[in-house]
Amino acid sequence: MSTPFYVSPQQAMADRAEYARKGIARGRSLVVLQYADGIVFVGENPSRALHKFSEIYDRIGFAAAGKYNEYENLRIGGVRYADLRGYTYDRDDVTARGLANVYAQTLGTIFSSAAEKPYEVELVVAEVGETPEGDQIYRLPHDGSIVDEHGSVAVGGNAEQISSYLDQRHQDGMSLAEALKLAVQALSRDTNGTEREIPAERLEVAVLDRTRPQQRKFKRIVGRQLARLLEAGGATTEAESSTEDEDE
Amino acid sequence: MEANTRSTGRLPAAFLTPGSSSFMDFLSDHQPELLPGKRQLPPTQGVIEAPHGTTIVAVTFPGGVVLAGDRRATMGNMIAQRDIEKVFPADEYSAVGIAGTAGLAVEMVKLFQLELEHFEKVEGAQLSLEGKANRLSTMIRSNLGMAMQGLAVVPLFAGYDVDREKGRIFSYDVTGGRSEESGYAATGSGSIFARGAMKKLFRADLTEDEATTLVIQALYDAADDDSATGGPDVARRIYPIVTVITEDGFRRLTDEESSEIARSILERRLEQPDGPRAALL
Repeated sequence: MSTPFYVSPQQAMADRAEYARKGIARGRSLVVLQYADGIVFVGENPSRALHKFSEIYDRIGFAAAGKYNEYENLRIGGVRYADLRGYTYDRDDVTARGLANVYAQTLGTIFSSAAEKPYEVELVVAEVGETPEGDQIYRLPHDGSIVDEHGSVAVGGNAEQISSYLDQRHQDGMSLAEALKLAVQALSRDTNGTEREIPAERLEVAVLDRTRPQQRKFKRIVGRQLARLLEAGGATTEAESSTEDEDE
Repeated sequence: MEANTRSTGRLPAAFLTPGSSSFMDFLSDHQPELLPGKRQLPPTQGVIEAPHGTTIVAVTFPGGVVLAGDRRATMGNMIAQRDIEKVFPADEYSAVGIAGTAGLAVEMVKLFQLELEHFEKVEGAQLSLEGKANRLSTMIRSNLGMAMQGLAVVPLFAGYDVDREKGRIFSYDVTGGRSEESGYAATGSGSIFARGAMKKLFRADLTEDEATTLVIQALYDAADDDSATGGPDVARRIYPIVTVITEDGFRRLTDEESSEIARSILERRLEQPDGPRAALL
């Protein structure tokens, strides 16, 4: 019987982290930005049916980069967690912070358990508040750590570069069209600095809009509305954007 | 374990197990004691006294459906509540009105709303109207044990069928039996009188305004002859809840809108207490 090789815990963890990071880097990055009326999710996604963003609860949205089957599993777990909690207590008792904690614990346990392979996912959990100050955005990397973000956040393979691009340009109180334009610009920059065009039909866009009269604030932006917004963002490059609303 | 939904521990395995898109199925696997139908009932003598909701009416019109309810809850011969709400949105395109034991009915509606919302979030698509109606059937059936003890819930379900592009109404009995109604329907203690009124006033070509007026006329007639149904309460400014579901989704009439219709009906009833007359052939 051969004795197993000794691997130091540091080395084991580093290997697992690298494995997860490589998996995540294979997918495309996505960004989540605050704008005046809420939070917008923007990503490149050629699929119409397999979403990267979705609704978890009234004010809480979910975004994920990495392996689809793994984050889909986490997403459904989150929906079940939120619905059960809202049913047992009250709808107000479902919070992004609570959900982010559960995800962090789940990812953390999987990451450090030798029996399981680490999840190749990076998540964002966002909750839109009554005011921009009340907005919450949490980023959850593969290892179960949890980062409280403000303004803008990018996850996925190219996240660091996109983040620094966004950090320099994102401002509070941007209109939806401006935020969307900035997000698309950030996403269309490749690792080597060249820009490429992302056509509208390859974009997946969703918002948590605090001005929506419904209790459920999550909404996908598709088709004509998306085209109009992209156009509006492009036309008002530097000038003050018109306050015209994009509501249907 | 119950504790896991409260503490910040890892999601229990049940949460991450691929399976049904139904919240009720998830609950019955994970925490069955939370389902109303799974509750153990102690043996009781006679009927349990609890507030009862009374009359719900619904009418279709080209392009949609109207669902309305009075505001009274009774316990025996007492008025338990004057401003109870018995008509609720189920989701964007449907609504449910409930007659029967108020406490159980409200709980059932809450679970039903959640069931539809959960499915929509997990699947990324809405259930068909037929699917929603069947789901409600299952829930009533699971309440049969309590219905036998006098705690029955009898809802009326109405919605806009996006595929067929029309409003539809489904009525239920205590055993979960479901039947689609054409044109108009009523449930609850005053339903006999409301149905009579609607039978005489209903036409297939009603406008939305006529349909909302019709349901309030019907509720007035129900309140006129059934002591458990409450009429428009002008002194306390409590008016029936009227909801309209069309292609544009669910809308509840504001208090001003429903009070305006109710007041104009009251005024005409002062002249003619039995209400509008149908032509005799």
